[in-house]
Amino acid sequence: MLRHSENQVLLRKVVRDFVEQEIAPMAHKIDEEDTCPVELFQKTAQLGFNGVFVPAEYGGAGLGYTEMAIVLEEIGRHSAGLAVGLVAHYMGVYAIMTWGSDEQKQKYLPLLCSGSFGGLSITEPGGGSDFAGQKTIGQPVGGEWILNGRKCFITNSHCMGVNVLTARTGEDDKGRPQISAFIIEGDTPGHKPGRKEKKAGLRGSYTGEIILDNVRLPQENLLGKPGDGAKIGLGTLGEMGRGGTAAAALGIVRGCLEESVKYAKERIIYGKPLAKLTNIQFLIAQNRTDYEAARLLTYNAAGMKDAGKPCASELSIAKYFVVETAVKAAKRTMDLMGGYGVISDYPVNRYLRDAVAAIPACGTSHIMQVIIAGGELRK
Amino acid sequence: MKIAVCIKPVPDPNHYNKITVNPETKLLERKGIPMVINPVDKNAIEAALQLKEQAGGKVVLVSMAPPDAREKLTEGLAMGADEAFLLSDRAFAGSDTLATARVLAAGLKKIGGFDLILAGAESADSGTSHIPSQLGELMGLPHLNHLIELNLEAASLKMKTKIEYGYAEYEGNLPMVLGVAKEINKPRYTTLMGVVAARNKPFTIWGLDELELDPASTGLAGSPTQPGELHLPRHGRKAELLEGEPGDIAGKIVAILRAAGVLV
Repeated sequence: MLRHSENQVLLRKVVRDFVEQEIAPMAHKIDEEDTCPVELFQKTAQLGFNGVFVPAEYGGAGLGYTEMAIVLEEIGRHSAGLAVGLVAHYMGVYAIMTWGSDEQKQKYLPLLCSGSFGGLSITEPGGGSDFAGQKTIGQPVGGEWILNGRKCFITNSHCMGVNVLTARTGEDDKGRPQISAFIIEGDTPGHKPGRKEKKAGLRGSYTGEIILDNVRLPQENLLGKPGDGAKIGLGTLGEMGRGGTAAAALGIVRGCLEESVKYAKERIIYGKPLAKLTNIQFLIAQNRTDYEAARLLTYNAAGMKDAGKPCASELSIAKYFVVETAVKAAKRTMDLMGGYGVISDYPVNRYLRDAVAAIPACGTSHIMQVIIAGGELRK
Repeated sequence: MKIAVCIKPVPDPNHYNKITVNPETKLLERKGIPMVINPVDKNAIEAALQLKEQAGGKVVLVSMAPPDAREKLTEGLAMGADEAFLLSDRAFAGSDTLATARVLAAGLKKIGGFDLILAGAESADSGTSHIPSQLGELMGLPHLNHLIELNLEAASLKMKTKIEYGYAEYEGNLPMVLGVAKEINKPRYTTLMGVVAARNKPFTIWGLDELELDPASTGLAGSPTQPGELHLPRHGRKAELLEGEPGDIAGKIVAILRAAGVLV
């Protein structure tokens, strides 16, 4: 039986209080205006959301990945777009926390916990899944690194405070591309946002290009060792991004369940609430069952991560299942609501757009299937 | 400055439509309804935390409630209070406001040393507004209720209370007992760091024996007011389908309205 501790129950309550008062009222507006309420990030920082799993010595709340998932589910319940912005932030935080030197942790984690946006920049126009094929170059020149290139589909691109970015820095002994990871402060000369994408869903966080035009970095901005880029980039995507995206999408599934119940009770048809119709009950039962399965997968994977157990497969399973389930639940809930499901006065069509947009985040469902199958076939 | 805040767990006002009356016992059926800190009590905690931030000191939560109220007190500790006391005993069950005030006063006296005692002006479930005044009387301290403004200046308090047409201004010296209205402030959001810290803060449970109270002064036995019969108001709707020509139907409607006393 998966059961949260009393502290986790209280944490969920305090996060929900904030989300219902501060985020829910603006969720429709930020979707309509396709904007990111960056000022809200300062408030979430003060409450400890931005550094939920960061040790207290670096300014975090000192909690774990289960608590991170609770924060993301609660925010995702009303604004999956905002939640995914926080997932991208967490990826930058996680990379520095896991692979950073003591000096890097001391310098950047307090910044990231106190309101500066983090992010992870891997994907390039040539593709995100072809990690080794990235063309951004990092050249060692006179004791510095000079970076040039272009990243795309980067969440938090236009509000980035601390960017963890991968670049090609040479070749290894076997002639394969050597990828390294760097920490770049958002206002470093030559580091700038490019095109801002207009997304179908997950509006509420910025996604766009990062341009690197002769960005000069000192040696101390190299994260890990030269050639650690794959370990850091793919490790962060796998261990943090996928679990985070699953939790944000879990919020969408819960939103579908709650909205379907609310509508079925309120909508009167043939003189009775819609909820009295058996076929409507089937839809609600499916939403409830989907939420339960999605919840168990998400928190099981987060719990494994907290326990320090290998969980790459479980995180991919959760991400694959929860996001695909969110798409189905949103479509099902729109079916239940008929015409009202389509109009923007009701949030469910936003849930569908958000769920669909969550599919490519941190690896598409097909990539998740490849990872899951790989895990099985290697046994 | 040592400040006590008396808080009460109440059924979540967002779920009041689910509360029913047991036809046998005439007691409220609250099964499945989550309990929350009485909303205006959170304003009292906020007022106490602001005073502590201004003058230093300690904020102590005190509640008379069943044992499962521990989580509500922990929530107050997570908000920033320093210590909590739960006054809980089967002998306290069924207490009216006076018996409740006796228990709270006994707890407050036993803890001792308070410069200020705060409470919410009224509870969301019973809404009597009795407790602040009863506490003040039992403890021999000046008391005011429905505060909408509270400023500490040296050792004196400048206060505004809500009255029917406007407000009244007061000035008084500590110690006092004050009931705060929701207009006084906006309670802060609880931080995750506060949640982490809450479990390590001192928490004490006292029953009848520790408070050295006479059983006859608490619970149903010590309550001069006891509820009589409780009934839910009926909100039934009656529908009648009228058939015929429009003119005939209009005549029937007028007759029905006259019979119901709506039209004279």
